[in-house]
Amino acid sequence: MFEIIKPGVFTTVQDLGRNGYQKYGLAVSGSADHHAHRMANILVGNPESAAVLEVTLMGLKMMVHKPTVIAVTGGDLNFTINNTDSSMWSAVRVDKGDIINFTGCRSGCRAYVSVVGGITVPEVLGSRSTDTIGKIGGVEGRALKRGDMIPFEEQSIHHFQGIRRSLPHHLIPKYTSDVRVRVLLGPQEEAFEEDSITTFFSSSYQVTKDTNRMGCRLEGNEIKHKSGADIVSEGIFFGAIQVPKNGQPIIFLVGRQSIGGYTKIGGVITSDLPKLAQVKPGDRITFERVTIEEAHRLLMEEEKDFSVLRSYSYR
Amino acid sequence: MGRKFNYKASGDSAILMSLDEDINEKTNKRIVSLANRIERDADGYFEEVIIGFRTLLVQYNPLKVSYHSAVEKLTYLESVSGNSTEQERRHIEIPVLYGGEYGPDLDSVAQLNSLSPEEVIKIHSEASYLVYFLGFTPGYPFMGGMSKEIATPRLDSPRISIAPGSVGIANDQTGIYPVESPGGWRIIGQTPLQLYNFKKEQPFLLGAGDYVTFRVILNDEFNDIKKRVEEGSYVSTVKERN
Repeated sequence: MFEIIKPGVFTTVQDLGRNGYQKYGLAVSGSADHHAHRMANILVGNPESAAVLEVTLMGLKMMVHKPTVIAVTGGDLNFTINNTDSSMWSAVRVDKGDIINFTGCRSGCRAYVSVVGGITVPEVLGSRSTDTIGKIGGVEGRALKRGDMIPFEEQSIHHFQGIRRSLPHHLIPKYTSDVRVRVLLGPQEEAFEEDSITTFFSSSYQVTKDTNRMGCRLEGNEIKHKSGADIVSEGIFFGAIQVPKNGQPIIFLVGRQSIGGYTKIGGVITSDLPKLAQVKPGDRITFERVTIEEAHRLLMEEEKDFSVLRSYSYR
Repeated sequence: MGRKFNYKASGDSAILMSLDEDINEKTNKRIVSLANRIERDADGYFEEVIIGFRTLLVQYNPLKVSYHSAVEKLTYLESVSGNSTEQERRHIEIPVLYGGEYGPDLDSVAQLNSLSPEEVIKIHSEASYLVYFLGFTPGYPFMGGMSKEIATPRLDSPRISIAPGSVGIANDQTGIYPVESPGGWRIIGQTPLQLYNFKKEQPFLLGAGDYVTFRVILNDEFNDIKKRVEEGSYVSTVKERN
């Protein structure tokens, strides 16, 4: 068990999402940054989809109740064990009574804490992910509170061989406050003025304070519609860039609703979605147009990295 | 058979299939039956299908199938699912206690349409509604079929909290709130049924393509049904119909 002493700004239990329920109006949920989530699990020898803690910005403080091995990946939120700086992107042993703390944000926005065997809150509709709108998953479908006890698999760690195992440096992402993401145009690009499409790809947009797991809300040069911003409601995808009447883009993330009625100028490619999980209010985003073939090629390359890592024996 | 679907890449892992037809029962039938067919034959290529008024958003796995092969497979499924529009549809009766504390806007809906509250209830409960699809919040039905006679604009300032089960009107749409949420719809009544309960084996009361009718109930029956719903002993009235 981990005992939550301070929950921080917003900490939830997440796996890779609740699939198959969008047609009923449930959000997919899951970790906002799939890359950091999967790496955290690989480091401790878990299946990549195992449930982890997603820590936002700062403030989580928890006590370990049973010796285990954890890994922390994602944004650098100043991770300490018993007030001593500890290594991210590596497997670290923790003992009974240890205090794990995230005291502040140095880079990125969301950190992931994996634990050997995974966090074992009950599965609800096929997933352990917290959905605060559907009020399911995680701990009672809500963000963690002081006093929550977070269960993990009670298994012996004597045979765990991977302690201090770290990711190769070149695989650790650098989170900056200027982010460039690649985009496929459409599906409603014809709804926008041609000049506005040029504006979209040549401007930098600032992340607003209303940004959350549902969407990354941006502010910048107005993207103008030819005649209107409304469409007949249709399904929304991960990374969809919606532009409502005010001309300010919103990029849909893991907590998105399933249906929307505004035009979408484009979609962020899958390989770049983790970058959007690591921006915070005030950061800036620019967009670059790519083809679908390029997007798929990048995705396959990234999967090769994962399969190489998976093939290491961590136990 | 009607027109063919247009295919469009939506991001690098989804395809938007849209039908250039009117939003009606026939279009909905084609869309729902194709969605079922795609799910049945997903074969690991297709992960989820989201139904819209005249669209299907199909998520595919680009590590398993290229965009062009995915479109080819979908085009094939479209061609073979075209004539299966005769599937049976469910008809679900939703009991509603209209007016009073559960329907605080019934009077304003009546006044703005120069009707009596009784006439609003009669018009609302005599129609049959088609659930085009669910979305927006868990289990929320996008329904069509409401009479324009009771169409009413949203409230000027939305309520901070609306109870689950509330039945509302916004313009020419009627809807039911499955979960507590803020909202600007005019609330004319409440159903004791749960549209979304994740603890049940079937967590969602409604599905795309269902028909809904509202049955007028009074206080005693409302309380009785609510109690039985909470105990898990209430069985909704569902009829199959073509």
